[in-house]
Amino acid sequence: MAILITEKTRVIVQGMSGRIGSFHAADMIRYGTNVVGGVTPGKGGESHLDRPLFNTVREAVEATGAEASLVFVPPPFAADAIMEAADAGIRTAVCVTDGIPSQDMMRLKRFLKRYPAERKLRLIGPNCAGIISPGKGFMGIMPPHIYMAGRVGIVGRSGTLGYEAASQMQALGIGVSTSVGIGGDPVNGSSFRDILELFEADPETDAVMMIGEIGGPQEAEAAAYARDHMRKPVVAYIAGLSAPKGRKMGHAGAIVSAFGESAQEKVEILAAAGITVAPNPSAMGETMAMVLSQRKVA
Amino acid sequence: MDIHEYQAKEILARFGVPVPRGGLAYSPEQAGYRARELGGNAWVVKAQIHSGGRGAAGGVKLCRSPDEVHAFAATLFGKQLVTKQTDAAGKGVYRVWVEYASDIAQELYLGFVLDRKSERIMIVASAHGGMEIEDLAESDPDSLRRMTIDPAVGLTEFQARELAFALGLKGGQIAQMVTTLRACYRAYRDLDAVMVEINPLVITGSGDLVALDAKMSFDTNAMFRQPSIAELRDRSQEDPRESTAGDHGLSYVGLDGDIGCIINGAGLAMATMDMIKLAGGEPANFLDIGGGASPERVVRAFRTVLTDSKVSVVLVNIFAGINRCDWVAQGVVQAYQEVGLTIPVIVRLAGTNVEEGKAIINNSGLPLISADTLAEAAAAAVSARNASVANKAA
Repeated sequence: MAILITEKTRVIVQGMSGRIGSFHAADMIRYGTNVVGGVTPGKGGESHLDRPLFNTVREAVEATGAEASLVFVPPPFAADAIMEAADAGIRTAVCVTDGIPSQDMMRLKRFLKRYPAERKLRLIGPNCAGIISPGKGFMGIMPPHIYMAGRVGIVGRSGTLGYEAASQMQALGIGVSTSVGIGGDPVNGSSFRDILELFEADPETDAVMMIGEIGGPQEAEAAAYARDHMRKPVVAYIAGLSAPKGRKMGHAGAIVSAFGESAQEKVEILAAAGITVAPNPSAMGETMAMVLSQRKVA
Repeated sequence: MDIHEYQAKEILARFGVPVPRGGLAYSPEQAGYRARELGGNAWVVKAQIHSGGRGAAGGVKLCRSPDEVHAFAATLFGKQLVTKQTDAAGKGVYRVWVEYASDIAQELYLGFVLDRKSERIMIVASAHGGMEIEDLAESDPDSLRRMTIDPAVGLTEFQARELAFALGLKGGQIAQMVTTLRACYRAYRDLDAVMVEINPLVITGSGDLVALDAKMSFDTNAMFRQPSIAELRDRSQEDPRESTAGDHGLSYVGLDGDIGCIINGAGLAMATMDMIKLAGGEPANFLDIGGGASPERVVRAFRTVLTDSKVSVVLVNIFAGINRCDWVAQGVVQAYQEVGLTIPVIVRLAGTNVEEGKAIINNSGLPLISADTLAEAAAAAVSARNASVANKAA
């Protein structure tokens, strides 16, 4: 079943006719993702990549029954585009856009609370690589061929470090159920904890690789959740052991500004919650292999 | 993005925060003139740099005559002020703020920050201000009051009142505090700030509130809609390597080691630095070339990394998604030729167009060291670094 996206998920792309949106939408279609249309205000009625374009997300949802949207909209307009998706009844939005003002994200998160649970939008990102269920479909900008289908879930802030984990696992014959990039921004749609909950409930996922980094409280929250509510094993890696305090390391959210936000402190919090922490970024795959083999023996 | 104290005070005053009277000076003469213009018999002269801890570093002084203001300002201009928040090079003083000295009865702390847990703006306040918030959180955590603001309704009067009473304020101070809190919140919200700090917010001898110091930081992602704030950017206060790199779409942070790093993606960059450290080396920098990097951007990345004379080896680690290994490889080869590289370069490529990229590296005829995995790349970088240090010693 995987989480968030399967071969059946009806996907639209907001900003599909733009240069970048177009490039990645074509890649998604080639991979077999069920892309049913695109939204570009002013281009309703036209078609692009053999898919119909709509002026509004509402029209797209009414015409195609779309459930998920990939948002390739520039930073000044991205939060609005996500709110539009939420209001039109989209259930999963993935936003790749990097550079959305943090107050737009704050207001957007508040806006999403208006909807009852059964029609609430789940946002993945922004500033993320997207989501992929290998062999089924993907929404995002990742190179899909590095993901082998299997039974380990991946959730991480960083796109490229997620690729690194997937390829290390592939080299050891470990496949992926779904890989989710939650993005590097300080205020983001889904937290580590949110995604762990989905993996815990997914019958096709046996274990989870969680890739965190310096800054923010989300890894510690995820650790408490894994300790108290998860039966599936979690392997983690935290990037930024060598990052100095108070300096922003690329991602807007990657800055150590409070207690518990440094890589060392996060590693300790995760280990104390019973999570196996990979000793270095080259050992993500082998640490997962070790945990999986212990699981089989037990 | 940071701005100067005097700019933060001007902005906050516009929103209704009470601030002391003062004037800006670009020379010692002008500083003396400002003191005469303000009148009175005591002035505080404050170096304007983008850093806290200026007082302890000798950048702030209470002066008793315009001549003393002039003389103290003369020691500040052109000086590199080193505080405990700056690096060893410090920050240059090119502007000085001269302020009418306030009569201080009590110092409070007031800060507005983005709280990542509640994903809302949070007010942090204490009746015991004047010291850094980190120190306050350690020495007197019970004095800290916290309050989050719902973005749908903003800071309400009752919340502001509750906080004013909780801080022990009395009489007319309550209304002044409510005004100050709401003004700070509106400035934060309307101008896309990420931090507003008044430390200290003082109660004067006559019982009034005044913002004696002020600090504001802004969301760089929102500068497209805040032209009047974007204009306040002061490049003299930035690390020139970091700002030049930023102009070219590169995210660069200088560090203390000697292994230069060129990587795509912030997470992979941090992980590569960790790997170098575990292999026994020290990274010279963090550098993310971003997505869709052209060969030209790779050359620019090399130039940026090499401005640091400590760099004795460069490690390129690319896991291409929206990047292309062949473009990166072309960039490496081009950099080798254009920049006239003499130090070892280790290249690890993976992802999109990896075969084409590796072929370019291997057929270049250049002494580039290829690595297949992250671990190999870090080990190769550290051993090349050690060999070059041994060579120099010999």
